Amino acid sequence: MSILLDERTKVIVQGFTGQTGTFHSTEMIEYGTNIVGGVTPGKGGTRHLDRPVFNTLKDAVAATGANASIVFIPPPFAADGIMEAADAGIKFCVAITDGIPSQDMIRVKRYMRRYRAEEKMILTGPNCAGSISPGKCMMGIMPGHIYIPGPIGIIGRSGTLGYEAASQLKGLGIGVSSSIGIGGDPINGSSFKDHLMLFEEDPETRVVIMIGEIGGPQEAEAARWAKDNMTKPLIGYIAGLTAPKGRRMGHAGAIISAYGESAAEKVEVLRECGVTVAPNPSTFGPIVKEIMARIS
Amino acid sequence: MDIHEYQAKEILSDYGVPIAQGGLAYSPEQATYRAQEIGGDVWIVKAQIHSGARGKAGGIKMCRTEHEVWDAADELLGKKLITNQTGPQGKVCHRLYIEAGAEIEREIYLGFVLDRHMERVAVVASGEGGMSIEDIASEKPGSLIRIAVEPAVGMQPFQAREIAFALKLDKAHVNQAVTAILGCYRAMRDLDATMIEINPLVLTKQGGLLALDAKMSFDDNALFRHSNISEFRDKSQEDPREMKAADRGLSYVGLDGNIGCIINGAGLAMATMDMIKHAGGEPANFLDIGGGASPERTAKAFTLVLSDDKVQTILVNIFAGINRCDWIADGVIQALHKIDLKVPLVVRLAGTNVDEGRKMLKDSGLPIIMADTLEDAAFKAVAAWKKATGK
Repeated sequence: MSILLDERTKVIVQGFTGQTGTFHSTEMIEYGTNIVGGVTPGKGGTRHLDRPVFNTLKDAVAATGANASIVFIPPPFAADGIMEAADAGIKFCVAITDGIPSQDMIRVKRYMRRYRAEEKMILTGPNCAGSISPGKCMMGIMPGHIYIPGPIGIIGRSGTLGYEAASQLKGLGIGVSSSIGIGGDPINGSSFKDHLMLFEEDPETRVVIMIGEIGGPQEAEAARWAKDNMTKPLIGYIAGLTAPKGRRMGHAGAIISAYGESAAEKVEVLRECGVTVAPNPSTFGPIVKEIMARIS
Repeated sequence: MDIHEYQAKEILSDYGVPIAQGGLAYSPEQATYRAQEIGGDVWIVKAQIHSGARGKAGGIKMCRTEHEVWDAADELLGKKLITNQTGPQGKVCHRLYIEAGAEIEREIYLGFVLDRHMERVAVVASGEGGMSIEDIASEKPGSLIRIAVEPAVGMQPFQAREIAFALKLDKAHVNQAVTAILGCYRAMRDLDATMIEINPLVLTKQGGLLALDAKMSFDDNALFRHSNISEFRDKSQEDPREMKAADRGLSYVGLDGNIGCIINGAGLAMATMDMIKHAGGEPANFLDIGGGASPERTAKAFTLVLSDDKVQTILVNIFAGINRCDWIADGVIQALHKIDLKVPLVVRLAGTNVDEGRKMLKDSGLPIIMADTLEDAAFKAVAAWKKATGK
């Protein structure tokens, strides 16, 4: 098992024929992801990378039975594409696009609330590296070869820090059930808590690593949820202990602008909630190894 | 993107927020001319810098004669103001806003923010204006009024009325306040602002409402659809290195330490800075060179980091995903051929094509200290820095 994506996931690429879409679609196909087609308005009826191109996502879903999509649409139009996916019945959407205006994302989140829980699309990102269930399906821009299948769940804002964790685990012979990128934007599709809930229910996942950073309330919210509801060990890391207040550290959402948003404050909440705090990213591997030895 | 007080007032005034009569000045002569234009017998000369808390830093002066206006302007123009928001390097004042003085009866705080928890625009108000929102929150938390706006329909008049009545305004002022509150919300929504703060919104002795100060920030990601807002950008208020980096597609934040960082990915960049600190050093900067960094971009990153003369060691930490370690190695080698590097360089490569990358660096014969892990890299960088500087 894994969460959100596996060998049954049928993926449509939004922004399929563009340069970025083409490059990463090729990589995903090579990895073994079942990409069933793409959407580029105006290019419907043509073929790209030996797959059909559609004008609208509804056409794509009707023709292919796709249940997931990945978004490479440029920032001004990306929010529109995400809402199109939600309306076409897509269940899992990965938005890679970096630079979507916050108010567009507020509208997207509001729009997604119009669906009943069982029909609701799960959105990850924007501004993320995507998600992967090693050996089954890769929806993202990560180097697939650093992930091997196994019992560890990873949720992270940052792409490269997620790679850091996965490759350390691979070095120790430990694999990953799914690695989910939720992205570095201030308003994102889903939160750490949303995915902790899924990992808690996934029988294959035994330990979860949550890789957070400065800015926003999500890491603390997830830790509080985990304290009362999670039976599996949770490891947490917060990047940005040395980040100054009020400065944006690369990610649009990585800025300390309110009480409780600094790394030190978040680490304190994580500790209070019983989360095992990794003092630095080099300790992901050793900590996981120790916990795995303890629980098996 | 931040803008100046006078620019925010110009925008908000168009949305129905009452402001005092005022004008912009670039010289003491202009400042006195503005004072004459405005008339009256009290003027406030206000330094226009991208920071709050200007009053405490001496950036706001009350003047009773035109002579005093001239003196105040002469003193403030070109002056570096250091507030609790500018950092120790301060910000230089190049523009002044001259405004008619107001007799204040009451001060109110009014703020609009993007609330990340609720994922919508939230309005925060308090009858304790004039203090910073942080101070209000810690000293008078009971005075805070909060309202969230439903994004599908926008702010409704009843919500603005609730705020106005909670502020205990009398009947005559409630309507004025409602207009101002709804106006701010519309400005926030129409212009993709991320923050509007009117602190204080005052009730004058003459019985009117006035926005005495105004602050606005805008979503950089939405500037593409607001060219009129982009024009308000004042580059003199930005760190020149950060500006240069942004123009080259790099994300850079200057810090106070000595170990320059070149990293891909915002999270990894922050983590590397933390690790340097953990190893006993201080990072000189945050720098994310992005996912698909070409050799040229890597070379540019070197020039940028070295433009900070505090830098005494460089640490390159790349986890190649879409990137390839051999490209990064190529970039490092190109950079070192172009520049005469006088400080130690530590490089850690991981991910795609790592073996080729390492081999290229080794074969180049350049004095590069290689590291295997993030931890190893940080400790080697700090050790190299200590050795080079004798600290």
